[in-house]
Amino acid sequence: MNWWKRLLRRTQMEAQLEKELTFHLEQHTSQLVARGITLDEARRQARLALGGPEQVKEKCRDARGTRWLEDLLQDTRYALRAFRKKPGFTLVALLILALGIGATTVMFTVINSVLLRPLSYPEPDRLLTLRVFTDQIGELWGFSHPDFTDVKHDSQTLGLAAWTYGGGTISQPGEPEYVNGRQISAELFSTLGISPVQGRAFRPDEDRPDAAAVAMISYGLWQRDFGGEPSAIGRSLVYDGKPYTVVGIAPSGFQLDGEADVFTPLEQRQATDPRMQNRAARFLRVMARLRPGFGLVESRAELALIARHLAEEYPKSNAGLSMSAYPLQKELVGDVVSTLWLLLCAVGLVLLIACVNIASLLLARAVSRERELAMRVALGAGPGRLARQCLTETAILGLGGGVLGVVLAFVSIHPFIAFWPGSLPRAEEIHLDWRVLLFAVGASLFSGFLFGLAPALRIPVRGVEQTLRAGARSIAGSSRRLHSAFVISEIALAVVLLVSAGMLGHTLLALSSLDPGFNNRNVLAAHFALSPATLENPEQIRHAWQDVLNRARRVPGVESVALADIIPMREGENSLPYWTTATPPPPNQEPIALASCVSPDYLKVMGIPLRQGRFFNEHDRIDSQPVVVIDDNLAQHAFGTKDAVGKRIWIPAMNPGPLLIVGIVGHVRHWGLASDDQSRVRDQMYYPFAQVPASLLHFFSSIMSIAARTTIPPSNVVESLRRELRGATNDQALYEVHTMDQLVSASLTRQRFLLLLFGIFAGLALLLACIGIYGVLAYLTSQRVPEIGVRMTLGAKPLDVIRLVLGQSLVMIFIGVGVGILAALAAGRILNRLVEGMRPADISTFGITIPVLVLAALFASFVPARRASRVDPVSALRQQ
Amino acid sequence: MAPAKSDLPQGTLDLLILKVIALGPVHGYAIAQRLEQVSRGVVQVPEGSLYPALHRLENRGLLDGDWKETETGREAKFYRLTRKGMKQLKTEMADWQRLIDAVGLILELADGGAL
Repeated sequence: MNWWKRLLRRTQMEAQLEKELTFHLEQHTSQLVARGITLDEARRQARLALGGPEQVKEKCRDARGTRWLEDLLQDTRYALRAFRKKPGFTLVALLILALGIGATTVMFTVINSVLLRPLSYPEPDRLLTLRVFTDQIGELWGFSHPDFTDVKHDSQTLGLAAWTYGGGTISQPGEPEYVNGRQISAELFSTLGISPVQGRAFRPDEDRPDAAAVAMISYGLWQRDFGGEPSAIGRSLVYDGKPYTVVGIAPSGFQLDGEADVFTPLEQRQATDPRMQNRAARFLRVMARLRPGFGLVESRAELALIARHLAEEYPKSNAGLSMSAYPLQKELVGDVVSTLWLLLCAVGLVLLIACVNIASLLLARAVSRERELAMRVALGAGPGRLARQCLTETAILGLGGGVLGVVLAFVSIHPFIAFWPGSLPRAEEIHLDWRVLLFAVGASLFSGFLFGLAPALRIPVRGVEQTLRAGARSIAGSSRRLHSAFVISEIALAVVLLVSAGMLGHTLLALSSLDPGFNNRNVLAAHFALSPATLENPEQIRHAWQDVLNRARRVPGVESVALADIIPMREGENSLPYWTTATPPPPNQEPIALASCVSPDYLKVMGIPLRQGRFFNEHDRIDSQPVVVIDDNLAQHAFGTKDAVGKRIWIPAMNPGPLLIVGIVGHVRHWGLASDDQSRVRDQMYYPFAQVPASLLHFFSSIMSIAARTTIPPSNVVESLRRELRGATNDQALYEVHTMDQLVSASLTRQRFLLLLFGIFAGLALLLACIGIYGVLAYLTSQRVPEIGVRMTLGAKPLDVIRLVLGQSLVMIFIGVGVGILAALAAGRILNRLVEGMRPADISTFGITIPVLVLAALFASFVPARRASRVDPVSALRQQ
Repeated sequence: MAPAKSDLPQGTLDLLILKVIALGPVHGYAIAQRLEQVSRGVVQVPEGSLYPALHRLENRGLLDGDWKETETGREAKFYRLTRKGMKQLKTEMADWQRLIDAVGLILELADGGAL
């Protein structure tokens, strides 16, 4: 018989077993009777010879090999019956678990999709990202175009591709619309190993300066402007004032650091961007695929060699420069990693508290079931069997909670991603898969095991008799200790979360009160795209920008307007090397400063304080003395004094000769309130837009923004500003509009997001800990009712009883808080390392959070204490 | 006082059961009796472990059980060896013989050598 047949014929087999043993006993008895022994005595002897029939049966069942399954079914039935009997307890336990497992599963789903699952390109582990470093500064933004070309040509181990950011106005087909673009090298799609959904990728002969203008468009743009028609291939697209032929449609969801709608060949940029020839202009992102037969180590060795050759050949730009390769996946997820793990840890703590909570509830039940368990041992159940039954019960509870948790996770994963600050990399790939389900099942079973362990350990092995004889109200010391341990660990875990949340709150408060260095009230900043028609010659460009400023100033509610290429706390930066003596320092060892190209009213618009000298005015022109304004940081670093007006400074990227420092302004926290203090480049300088060389004007025009100070709420002027600036041919566009208030507040989103979640988790932990304390104390005091009765008969007042119970809980609370503080200090150190601008845990953080916890815990213990104080001594003694 | 009965050496119960059943289909009680008689009361066969052992062997496919009528007209479960059981009996007997030979050899050696 197969095991499943045996399982199905269980009843039949039981009957046969019974029959077989009966036959044996009867045979033996009749033989003994034949020898002349009385019937009763013969029966007794036969039974003695065989042993206890139930025990023999048990052993025979064990021999069947299907025992575990039968037991499992039996235990399951038993557990379900037990749960049905206590629906309140079951519901609470399931809810607590569902919350814990659901939250953990959500976090794991995100981690799984973002960090663990390989990229959705073929052979993703062979995709690399290439980076450039100098000894002085560390990592540079990217590759220069000549460096990229050389490495691509020389490398044997890698197939390289490059891209950079772009963008422009699409004026045909459809309404004029500003879109993000990417300039990509012809190899990009083949390097990643993907192909367009329609048409083709760029051919190498199209990736040339003089080739015919071709473009690929995003899936989204294809749907939007071409109705998703296959006939879009070969159609014309007017982008940035220039007609392109559409040759391919990128796959849906294709991203290069964010979504883009238009892809154009990189080399065609040569015509408009002088940086393409400049070996020191490092603006390309480079990725690569390992060629067959080579590994990461070989490619790194080769890159190091190529970099050294380039440094020897072009010392001016490449001295001290090194290159290396890293797995692409790590690059894509960036700094989300620490946030994700932090949250998973926090959620894990909540789940742990939930488990401890349920364990203490179950333990209370187990202790009151001790007599029942002892009875089962007496009836032939082994301790292993009882432990299995106990664990089956909790595993079912765990799995039930797990199923609810997965449902919860499924419902809440998308709202959670939407709630994530900024854009979560690979967000479109996030969904529940088998790994998540495996994780959830694992977490459920592990939880079930964790909280089933304590009751299982309570199973009486020895002294069954005493247990059976003892009254139901007796309670062993070990149980009390175990209960206290539960409460202590719950409190300790809650302290960790509370203090972490307190630290984050404290940090957020401290950071919010920092001076950003500018006045962020009533300021609007937006990118602006000039009409492509004006971009033909430099004079026209200057005129067009002046016209934009004039028009913007006329808009009601606008107080002053300025142009700027970078806006504080917004993405985008321009770091330039500078020096202060006529002889330049060695290449790649120059100090670096953040450079902003602005128009004269910028200071007024941003409300940046002028410390010394003057800011720019309309007399600073392309043909006048080149001037620059620096911030007090740069003055201090470069000249050792705040009094640097009139000194000269060399900034080769802007002017071959020296520039005159005409003013000093306050430092602006460009990198965000939290990050500015730790940022690499903290010196700042400003130069007039009017002095940008003619050759760079076209490029600068593609990155300029408008900033406006308003007298009314800035969002109210956006529409009129947009209308006013639309331009004669309706092809100028305002895009990515922010208020400076938004940017300042956005610079703290990570901290705020963490605080919010930690706050929620800490609240949950506090609540769970209080429920735990209440449950345990209520149970322990109910066990002590007879003792309290005796005390009261001997003269104890209700107040003494309250003191007795509260004293017991205070001891647990204080031990828990002590352990928790130690753990919180360790957790605080981790937070300090992972969150920018984090303030260390200080007395005030503990001073606020700990009393909250102690008070809540005392409140939870007060209810059982009060109940105990109202015990009627006479009836309490009678219970004994 | 009756001479003390020795316990069955570990693992030999299965061998004995297989050997008894090899003589022809037989029910549980008869096996117990046969073992008792054949061993002349020297080894103690715990009746309590007989049935679990039978069920275990059946589960391993060495035995098969049929319900048949006994001479007295009662229904009983008769066990018989399967082909696999036959093979198992042969190997176990051979193993046992080897063990006895080896132990005997060692004991003789000790007698003649050291003294």
